[in-house]
Amino acid sequence: MTLLVVDRLNKRFGGVFAARDVSFTLAAGEMLAIIGPNGAGKSTTFNMVGGQLKPDSGSITLDGQAITGRPARAVWRCGVGRTFQVAQTFVSMSVAENVQMALVSRHGESRRLFADTRRLHREAALALLAEVGMRAEADRPVSELAYGDVKRVELAVALASQPKLLLMDEPTAGMAPRERGGLMTLTARLARERGIGVLYTEHDMEAVFGHADRVMVLVRGEIIAAGSPDHVRGDARVRQVYLGEAGTAAALKARRKAVA
Amino acid sequence: MDLSFLVLQSLSGFASASSLFVIASGLTLVFGVTRIVNFAHGSFYMLGAYLAVTIVPRLLDLSYSPWTFFLGVLLAALLVGLIGVAVEMLLLRRIYRVPELFQLLATFGVVLIVEDVVLKIWGPVDIAGPRAPSLRHGVEILGQRFPAYELVLIGVGPLVLALLWLVMHRTRFGVLIRAATQDREMVGALGVNQARLFTLTLFLGASLAGLGGALQIPRIPANSHMDLSIITDAFVVTVVGGMGSVPGAFLAALLIGQLQAFGILILPKVTLVLVFALMAVVLVVKPWGLLGRPDSGSGRVVLPEGILTLRRFRPPEAALALLAVAALLAVPLLGDPYTTKVATEILIFALAAFSLQFLVGVGGLVSFGHAAYFGLGAYAAGLLVTGPLKAPMELALLAAPLVAGAGAALFGFFIVRLSGIYLAMLTLAFAQIVYAIGFQWVEVTGGDNGVVGVWPSAWASGRTVYFYLVAALTLSGIVLLRRVIYAPFGYTLRAARDSATRAGAIGLDVRTHRWLGFTLAGAAAGLAGGLYAFQKGSIDPTLAAIPLSIDFLVMVLVGGIQTVMGPLLGAAFFHTLKDVVMPLTEFWRLLLGLAIIATVLVFPRGLAGAADTLRGRARAPATAAASA
Repeated sequence: MTLLVVDRLNKRFGGVFAARDVSFTLAAGEMLAIIGPNGAGKSTTFNMVGGQLKPDSGSITLDGQAITGRPARAVWRCGVGRTFQVAQTFVSMSVAENVQMALVSRHGESRRLFADTRRLHREAALALLAEVGMRAEADRPVSELAYGDVKRVELAVALASQPKLLLMDEPTAGMAPRERGGLMTLTARLARERGIGVLYTEHDMEAVFGHADRVMVLVRGEIIAAGSPDHVRGDARVRQVYLGEAGTAAALKARRKAVA
Repeated sequence: MDLSFLVLQSLSGFASASSLFVIASGLTLVFGVTRIVNFAHGSFYMLGAYLAVTIVPRLLDLSYSPWTFFLGVLLAALLVGLIGVAVEMLLLRRIYRVPELFQLLATFGVVLIVEDVVLKIWGPVDIAGPRAPSLRHGVEILGQRFPAYELVLIGVGPLVLALLWLVMHRTRFGVLIRAATQDREMVGALGVNQARLFTLTLFLGASLAGLGGALQIPRIPANSHMDLSIITDAFVVTVVGGMGSVPGAFLAALLIGQLQAFGILILPKVTLVLVFALMAVVLVVKPWGLLGRPDSGSGRVVLPEGILTLRRFRPPEAALALLAVAALLAVPLLGDPYTTKVATEILIFALAAFSLQFLVGVGGLVSFGHAAYFGLGAYAAGLLVTGPLKAPMELALLAAPLVAGAGAALFGFFIVRLSGIYLAMLTLAFAQIVYAIGFQWVEVTGGDNGVVGVWPSAWASGRTVYFYLVAALTLSGIVLLRRVIYAPFGYTLRAARDSATRAGAIGLDVRTHRWLGFTLAGAAAGLAGGLYAFQKGSIDPTLAAIPLSIDFLVMVLVGGIQTVMGPLLGAAFFHTLKDVVMPLTEFWRLLLGLAIIATVLVFPRGLAGAADTLRGRARAPATAAASA
């Protein structure tokens, strides 16, 4: 079932195209990775889908609803949870409170004037934290956590609204290599079990090629290749972008050596 | 209204635009490089005027010509520049890394100090300056006479703009100023001597303020209120133009000069209001001013300035708090009437300061005009009781928070669209609107003198009874607001402060919550204002003026902006101190200024913060011993 349809999105900053005719679809339960060099427009695409940026033209449809250019909170209401490239948390709150805030918002209780916030939805928050392996840290200030752990808290926060679509901008940046695999495996499992579509960007190629169902390569705002990980790995243009002509040859040689 | 009249009106608009630009250009340059919004810029302007009325007549005695007049003006400007250098080296240099709010307060400390120094040197009487030789007469334009000196002033603005352009584009110093305005950290990383750059910038900025002041002497006598009256205008010009942009300041000065010149014809009563209304409109359409740019540092993740951990009372602290309340409630039984009066005022200010802490410490909305809502409450209550309605106190006290809350809702609608320093400046502008209405709408508000005879109902007219009434209302206000801080609404405000991006991404409507929070805080301040009106028995515009807004901020700061209950302590400490010190010395402003600066430098986290730190230190060795 197609969950997300992105059709010919354009965004310019001054004279530079950050996104040019970006189109793709994403099915429920599917893991779609966007890769590309720095400045390729990955975060721009993300922010347009997530409602942090308004596209100049094009349309975004989620589960049949047009969400193009809607503010982030409206996009969230349609079922999009997200994590950010530079983790965004409520730094003056504890780990559990960060998740509780998402639950407070989901239950429409953000204007209650006299309830004790620390008691609201605490059990549900702890359950979400347990899912991402952060249950033991629930009462620590989020500002004290290692960056990799903050990313996991962000995932728990995003999951709190039971999203249909998860946007994850470099979910494993700043994590130790072993943690990365763990987080991506967890994300993939949740996506499959709950039918959540996951759109993510990564610089870590293991996280991309090991977990994505499909990979999309963005260069200077344009999609130059898309398809299964194996297809993209073998794409000549992708090799050229990432390695250049000489680099491609060197990489082939290196691989042969490694195999031998 | 014929054409010649309109032309002349427009010319006088250009003359005031010129003066405004000269002053504002200095402010905007200093802000661009140092990122400090310098309240003391108004003091530099005042010093320029005072130095000029001292120097110029002596020079004219030596040789009576326009050249000596302008030589004296320049000399005054340069002297002010040197004072600017001293301020930079002694104070500003130490606070570049301190949060914005604290910088503003520290520069306001300078304002207070300079005011007392000026009073000491030049006395309280206004000093009229000499007129410029050969420029004393009028020039005939379209059959009407126009002062020649004003024509010269019209030329000064573009001249200063041209000179600044040359400095900025043709000298190394100017290139560095522009570079630092765009990215201060990069300029530092490239190995530029920042200390010297900042000192020179302050010299230039202060000289421009001094020049602006010195040029005014034939038009207005030097007086000790010049600093605050000009600083709000200068703020408006820099904010409308875009902070850090010199051409923007020029454009804004022109706009405001003309608005004032013609506004006075159409709506003579509300000229002051017009300017601030223009500012509000510009900022809503262009949140960074006409030619300003978004702050490059706005994307960084930093720990917010405000309440960081919501601690609950531990049993000993709860006991201490109860004890404090009990002691306070016992004051009328044990103390004399005067102590009861002071205690009543402390309670009122505690509520006002706490409502400001709700905005600043919880919501991250730094308001420089919280007295506006205190004043609105006081006026609403006072006018209801004394006006044609002759309403009883009970109704007036109900109206006070409602009217102030309505005012806060109206102003807050615009304010919450902005962030950072622009937001602070808009709160200041709206407070000036309230002040101006109180000051100018004489028939209703009594103008400068205000209204007297605001007395409580008969049953509450005794000091003791009124004290208990105030205690009941303020303490319940504080307790309720405290509950709100711990409730989802308070958490949401804090969430929006910590990361507006994250708050939006979990579906929280940041703007609406901020708006409601602003309204709530305004209503609470309004209740405090209403109570204060009955306490004093009168109302006047100082209840909405800048100094009172600053007092509230100082209470929050001294008490500790990172703590929930600190501002209450701050209010008690600050008001007692003011009450004890003010009668003892004529230099209370100087002392207050020094105290503010010392607080910023020594106790940036306030009294309660310092107590926390001490406790932390005491605990650290204990745990070390335990683990050993």
